[in-house]
Amino acid sequence: MQSLNTYRAGPDERGHFGIFGGRFVAETLMPLILEVEKAYKAAKADPSFQQELDYYLSDYVGRPSPLYYARRLTESLGGAKIYLKREDLNHTGAHKINNCVGQILLARRMGKKRIIAETGAGQHGVATATVCALFGLECVIYMGATDIERQAPNVYRMKMLGATVKPVTSGAGTLKDAMNDALRDWVTNVDTTYYLIGTVAGPHPYPAMVRDFQCVIGEETRQQIMKAEGRLPDSLVACIGGGSNAMGLFHPFLDDAAVRIIGVEAAGHGLESGQHAASLTGGRPGVLHGNRTYLLQDQDGQIAEAHSISAGLDYPGIGPEHSWLHDIKRVEYVSVTDTEAVEAFGMVTRLEGIIPALESSHAIAHAAKLAPSLPKDHLMVVNLSGRGDKDLATIAKAQGESL
Amino acid sequence: MSARNLQTGRIARRFNALKAEGRAGLVTFLTACDPDYDTSLDVLKGLPAAGADLIELGMPFTDPMADGPAIQLASQRALAAGGSIERCLSAVRSFREQESETPLILMGYYNPIYAYGPERFCKDAAEAGVDGLIIVDLPPEEAEELLAHARPAGIDFIVLTTPTTVGERLPVVLGNASGFVYYVSIAGITGTASAQMSAIEEAVARLKAATALPVAVGFGIRTPEQAADVARHADGVVVGSALVQALAESLDGEGRATEGLKDNVLGLVRALANGVRTARG
Repeated sequence: MQSLNTYRAGPDERGHFGIFGGRFVAETLMPLILEVEKAYKAAKADPSFQQELDYYLSDYVGRPSPLYYARRLTESLGGAKIYLKREDLNHTGAHKINNCVGQILLARRMGKKRIIAETGAGQHGVATATVCALFGLECVIYMGATDIERQAPNVYRMKMLGATVKPVTSGAGTLKDAMNDALRDWVTNVDTTYYLIGTVAGPHPYPAMVRDFQCVIGEETRQQIMKAEGRLPDSLVACIGGGSNAMGLFHPFLDDAAVRIIGVEAAGHGLESGQHAASLTGGRPGVLHGNRTYLLQDQDGQIAEAHSISAGLDYPGIGPEHSWLHDIKRVEYVSVTDTEAVEAFGMVTRLEGIIPALESSHAIAHAAKLAPSLPKDHLMVVNLSGRGDKDLATIAKAQGESL
Repeated sequence: MSARNLQTGRIARRFNALKAEGRAGLVTFLTACDPDYDTSLDVLKGLPAAGADLIELGMPFTDPMADGPAIQLASQRALAAGGSIERCLSAVRSFREQESETPLILMGYYNPIYAYGPERFCKDAAEAGVDGLIIVDLPPEEAEELLAHARPAGIDFIVLTTPTTVGERLPVVLGNASGFVYYVSIAGITGTASAQMSAIEEAVARLKAATALPVAVGFGIRTPEQAADVARHADGVVVGSALVQALAESLDGEGRATEGLKDNVLGLVRALANGVRTARG
């Protein structure tokens, strides 16, 4: 591992984490992105912004989310002591709301009246539609047609909340394509519109800003584990699509060298099948959606379609800070297949009475691989990033049943 | 350094000649390998005679974020037909065998170039006879990694300015410019809305006050009449989606070129060229 005084200083003033990140966008968007950056800097320095954010996080989102000792899961695996960070208990059922509350407060400060967002599983779309309802703002959500089909309950939730859901049919009709169309909308409606990106990707300042808003996960975890165990955890495990729940958990621990940190990508049908969403394991650096990062692509630099049973992980890229942490080897990145994730989903549901999102099930699946060989005093925190109600139809289908 | 000099390159020569003629130039855009390599090359070779003064050739990309439906579909057709940077450069080489003066500009997104290798790309493009590059997702903040190789290869880096490029942003963007300045006349994607003439006139005047380079205007220009209107104020008039659309309308149910494709596309080029050439008459 390359040794740095701190792993938490990035990005540089141009938004770069090593060679990753940056601002690769059409010129039309550059002034807007610079405006978002300026507004975010000012908000960060304003104590009243933090106060307002804290208020909504506690009274509206329901934070802090519990750090729950999963006794039966731990006993069943017979090794490491497993804690689940219960982001599934947040309002709207996932970590996505943390970032949405932060960005909507920023959009209000900037005087924007119209909010757009992309969504994969629909969790970010629901969280965005929720905060738009809360503040009476117009909301347009871009969602791939394929995802609309497999995440029907979330589509209906967004509509109930007053959002317009625009189906995206280009490409494979998944998250990547939704992000393309959201960018096309933004470039067309520059004066009125704020683009509320849902993950730690996109042009600077989004990767850093979304990370900052998600760091509440890791900061709480740190306090909670100190209270429960009197020491830091030995390992952290989180799933990664774009990587916002993982970055939120990991970042506050990056400088604690003794904490082993593991990100879990979606291996879909298996890395060797070519049908997966493991950008770090199966991709190489490239430029898409405003940043340089690891991407699934062919030899000509054409972007490949990702595959995962989990719509929220079905993206051919990853946040640029993860790419950097991968290259400098501070964080280990592994992958878990669709089948393993579905098994883990069933295991937590039956052992703990918690139905996890398919995304989070990837993290649990890897924890389940590691835990048995670790000592009983090994403290492992797994980010349970969202709840799985939205995935019931997908699970039923995977098990050959229908609802 | 290459022997090629940007001040005396094809783009500068062409705009000087247009100035001497007292008219604006027509800049046409089509995507390479759309709908297939041979058809695309055949049309490309016909463009100068039909009245294209400068040629933009699109390099297909899976995720053309600044493009509307017409050019998105063109990219998909081109990729399905095996479109790649190698094929684009091969088309340019073939074009150059018969046409030595009409400037040719490659337009596209950065990732395929990054995958090809920016240094190798600039070298190969210059050798093939490419005169300029328009790379949509390389704003000045990120452009240096390509510019560093384009400059010594003698390839113009054509910058995009937009209705949002105002105030202190404009000199930042113009700092990298050579060849000409491309004014994107609407905030939006290709092939959708058209700007008001008064807004275009004002923007061209603003750009002219800030740069000595020729100014070409694009986005939303579809008809010979619109082209003529813009040609009264700008040095160049760019038409893309309308030509791509004419091409798309000449495909059969399976997306293959029909016999009339070349005439349909070049017919529109002739009409547009006529509009541009008679605009100031």
